Parts: sequence; structure tokens; C-alpha cells
Amino acid sequence: MANYKLDITKEHCPMTFVKTKIELSKLKSGDILEVLLSEGEPLENVPRSSTEQGFKVLSITEAAVKGTHLVQIQK
Amino acid sequence: MDFTEDQIQRYSRHILLQDVGVEGQEKINKGKVLIVGAGGLGAPIALYLAAAGVGTIGIIDGDVVDLSNLQRQIIHFTPDVNKPKVISAKEKLNLINPDVNVITYQELLTAENAERIIRDYDFVVDGTDNFPVKFLINDACVIAKKPFSHGGILRFDGQTLTYVPGSACYRCLFHSPPPPNAVPTCSQAGVLGAIAGMLGTIQAAEVLKYLTGVGDLLTNRLLTFNAKTMEFRTIKSKPNNNCPVCGSHPTVTGLVDYEQAVCDIESHRKQK
Repeated sequence: MANYKLDITKEHCPMTFVKTKIELSKLKSGDILEVLLSEGEPLENVPRSSTEQGFKVLSITEAAVKGTHLVQIQK
Repeated sequence: MDFTEDQIQRYSRHILLQDVGVEGQEKINKGKVLIVGAGGLGAPIALYLAAAGVGTIGIIDGDVVDLSNLQRQIIHFTPDVNKPKVISAKEKLNLINPDVNVITYQELLTAENAERIIRDYDFVVDGTDNFPVKFLINDACVIAKKPFSHGGILRFDGQTLTYVPGSACYRCLFHSPPPPNAVPTCSQAGVLGAIAGMLGTIQAAEVLKYLTGVGDLLTNRLLTFNAKTMEFRTIKSKPNNNCPVCGSHPTVTGLVDYEQAVCDIESHRKQK
């Protein structure tokens, strides 16, 4: 269950991952951040960059609004 | 600290780096760095450190901008001729990044003021053009246990090393200043302008590495390059037990102003 939420649907690369990192920096190890993002570049890059930088991508699911997804990232 | 939206944008390319990130950028923003000399090396060092968001940048230089400086001292512009270098530099740094607190010292670093000035900083960068002050910076930093970056350029050559307490210092490699006039300075021998940028940016990168704790510093190593062949060499070194300042029986226990080459002093006088 995600404890924290972040909406980056209005951001563009690279600010999508920058904003994600800033939110993650405020969390404790083990905390889960749920990120709402758009398909395309954000959906391709944010999970990949998160994994590369040592975070754990727990799940990627379609969100209510068409073209958006929820990505759960654990610190 | 919480970054503003503007700061998130400004520092986004650092925040993206895994090794820097939010925490590293916060360390940069809290950093206090003294740059000795607002000339060929000091210019790129100061510009990059301000752009990176180093919180406090001190700049010490007693000279005014001369037309002959502009070929390499890229922080000074043509309308700055005759302006004190520290004022000219501060104006540019404030324009690049208003977050940075720039402290200016319009004077030469001397045996009398060195300890007092470097005391307030986390790191010192040598951007000077003469041996007496290079040795003074080394001795002051070793005695005060203050990390610093040595840098020197001449003609087509550059060299740099980083010192942290316990590593080889400048005197471990170069025992004492050469006799006045034995080695020409930039003002006598000339220097390819761009190598000031090559070396200064290496020094700026070392400062950012030190502040963030990222990577391996250029400690116990001397980096040299020659721009004609564009060959870089790294020479390994180690603390020298016979070093006059950091060895087991130091003979340098206080600061001294070594004699400057006569033409250097005259060129300084001329500019005043």
C-alpha cells in the first residue's frame, strides 16, 4: 500500500524523474511512493530510471484517466 | 532544505545524477569555497561553482582587469577593464546564480591574512599565477588542515593535485619555491587561453566531488597535461616523510611571504 502520492502528468522529461527523485528523497527506506504519470516518455523512463538508481518498482497499473498510469516505487 | 521550483529546475541535471541527487545538491548549496585569484583559473572555477550553486564563494584578488587578461580570464568582459577583478567577478556570479553569496577580498593573500581568510571556508582553490602564493596556500592549508586544489598553467601545460589532510601536499612533490625569475610566469612566457579553462574546470570538478563526496579525488596523484600533444598523465605520489611542512620533522611551522619575481611585482604595481 502506497503511503505517498505524486502527480507528474503535467511534467516533461527530465523533470518527470527529477520530481520523482525529490519526493523519494523525503521518504524513509521502505516507504512506497505512488506516481501518476502519462504514457509515452514518462511511462518508459521513470520506472527504468528508478530501477537504475536503486529504487524498486513494485507495480505499474492503468489509472482511471485514459493514457495515465500509476507506478508504485519503493525507496 | 526544501528546494523552490526554480531551484529544482536550475539544479535538475545534478539531481538526476544518481551519485549527486537531492542530498548531493544540498551539500553543494551548503558549501563554502575560497578561490584565490580571479584570473585565468579563477574565472572558470568561479563560474562553474556559482552555476552549480555553491552556497558561499569567496574570491580574493588585489588586481584590476587589464585588457591583456581578456584572452583567457573569461569572467571579465571588455567594459570591465580597470575594474577590480573581484568586483567584476562578483557581478557575473550574481547574474549566473543569485542564490550564491559572493564574498570579495580586494587584496593579495599574504602570510599575514591567509589563516584568517581561509578559516571560514570548507575548501580552498589555488587559481594563482606565481610560486610564492602557491606555497603560501599549501602551507596555510596544511597547517589549518584545510583541503585545497592546487593548479598551475604555463604556455601549453597544466598541472593540478588535490590535497586533503593526510594526503601528499604540494611541498611533498615540490620542496620549495624556485628562485625568483628562475621559472617564467604566464605574464612573461605566455599561455594558451583555453588551457586555463581546461585546468580550471578540472579543479571545479574536484571541488564539487569534495563537497558531494562523490568519486575519488585527485589526492596522492598529480595530473599533468600538454595541450600541444593533448596527452594527460597521472603521476602517483604519496606523503613525503621529509616534507618541510607535513613531514615528521617540519621546518615550515608558520607562514612566510616568499620573494616574487621583480617583473611580477612591477606588473602588479602598474595595474594599481
